[in-house]
Amino acid sequence: MIELAPPLMDTSFLTVGDQVTFNGVIYTARDAAHQRLISLLDTGNELPFPAQGGIIYYVGPCPAKPGEVVGSAGPTTSSRMDSMTVPLLQAGIKGMIGKGERSQEVIDAMKCYGAVYFAAIGGAGALLAQSIKKMELVAYPELGPEAIYRMEVKDFPAIVAIDGQGRSIYEIGRQQYESGGM
Amino acid sequence: MVRVSTEQIKRAVKRLCLQANQELTPDILDGLKRAIDTELSPLGKDILDQLIVNAKLSKDNQMALCQDTGMVVVFVEVGQGIFLSGVYIEDAINQGIREAYQDYYFRHSIVADPFNRENTSDNTPAVIHTRIVPGDHVRIRLSPKGFGSENMSRLTMLKPAQGVDGVKQFVLDTVRGAGGNPCPPMVVGVGIGGTMEKAAQLSKEALLRPVNQDSSIAHIAELERDLLASINRLGIGPQGFGGTSTALGVNVETFPTHIAGLPVAVNISCHVTRHQEIIIYPEVNPDD
Repeated sequence: MIELAPPLMDTSFLTVGDQVTFNGVIYTARDAAHQRLISLLDTGNELPFPAQGGIIYYVGPCPAKPGEVVGSAGPTTSSRMDSMTVPLLQAGIKGMIGKGERSQEVIDAMKCYGAVYFAAIGGAGALLAQSIKKMELVAYPELGPEAIYRMEVKDFPAIVAIDGQGRSIYEIGRQQYESGGM
Repeated sequence: MVRVSTEQIKRAVKRLCLQANQELTPDILDGLKRAIDTELSPLGKDILDQLIVNAKLSKDNQMALCQDTGMVVVFVEVGQGIFLSGVYIEDAINQGIREAYQDYYFRHSIVADPFNRENTSDNTPAVIHTRIVPGDHVRIRLSPKGFGSENMSRLTMLKPAQGVDGVKQFVLDTVRGAGGNPCPPMVVGVGIGGTMEKAAQLSKEALLRPVNQDSSIAHIAELERDLLASINRLGIGPQGFGGTSTALGVNVETFPTHIAGLPVAVNISCHVTRHQEIIIYPEVNPDD
């Protein structure tokens, strides 16, 4: 298990399949928030959170019950963010946490900017919420579950799904266990 | 007159929303446990273990199993012999959902317009399918459907000559294309026959049947078993990280169709595949 404490300036030591835990600050953003972030960058503005070495978590959590930090909070499908990812990597983002495969365009940009794509367990929202210790709103409250939050996480588990060399667990794993089909 | 009040329906819908979102059904839980025994990938096994831990945490802490508490799909069968009293039935169903998603802190995931995309902030409206059936009861089947898996679903209109092999190929192509996105091990609902929209609806209804229950039609049950075996040879595995547990089950529903057609819909669902149901009988009313 490799412990990571964002911001993450160098990701070259991470290899596909590595199991990691995050300790520190990550930022949430999914579909609607990505559209906002891209328009900020397009118009020459800064992101509403520190981009250098930053980690974005693709999540739209359930609301917190009174006295609790957050509701269920597992990853959403990353590929919906593919067409909006490259500018964020250009801006300094070094890691993304989500679920499922990424496009070749994103993988090429990850290789170019030295970024890594992590997968958390999709559908394990109750389990992952245990690792979120603090959550505060950063931007776009009107987007409800799609707003951007700053999360302080402890022992948040993930796996290196695509590393900075472009090696993907989705390809390697499938090839290893494929046995024919039709 | 035998009467069912839509207030009863509202309360039932609210309870079904709670159960569906916080508790894995026994068929899915058993399926995950069986998958742990057969999974060849050590990482895959580890993930399946964590999914069971997740189910326990969700139940113990009264949290949603998954943050995507879905768009609620409701199949309602109304017995022809009953009278529905109270507010309009669809308003009652949506009110039950509204109360559940607010009171139990489930995520509001519905936008009012596909383009303007403003959140309705109460997770309504539901997608409601109503059918009049013989009898004196109301049967409600409810499934909060997450969109990580819904987005991976596909429909095609095959030629009759493509037959069962064409159907198998389309199902496998759909699952292969879905890969790790729908949170495998998935449940695959297949609707075959009818018209375009009938096939789609059948594929959704197929997901409401427990995964450990075969089709009652012998050759369809065989198709379900063949498809499950083929899907689990694709190598996708838990979360798409590679493995032999790609699906927990394949349920196929069929309907008569046209001489010129073979509609096939594949509705993909995730490892939490939520489905709950209740049958409501009339209240005994001494005044009637």
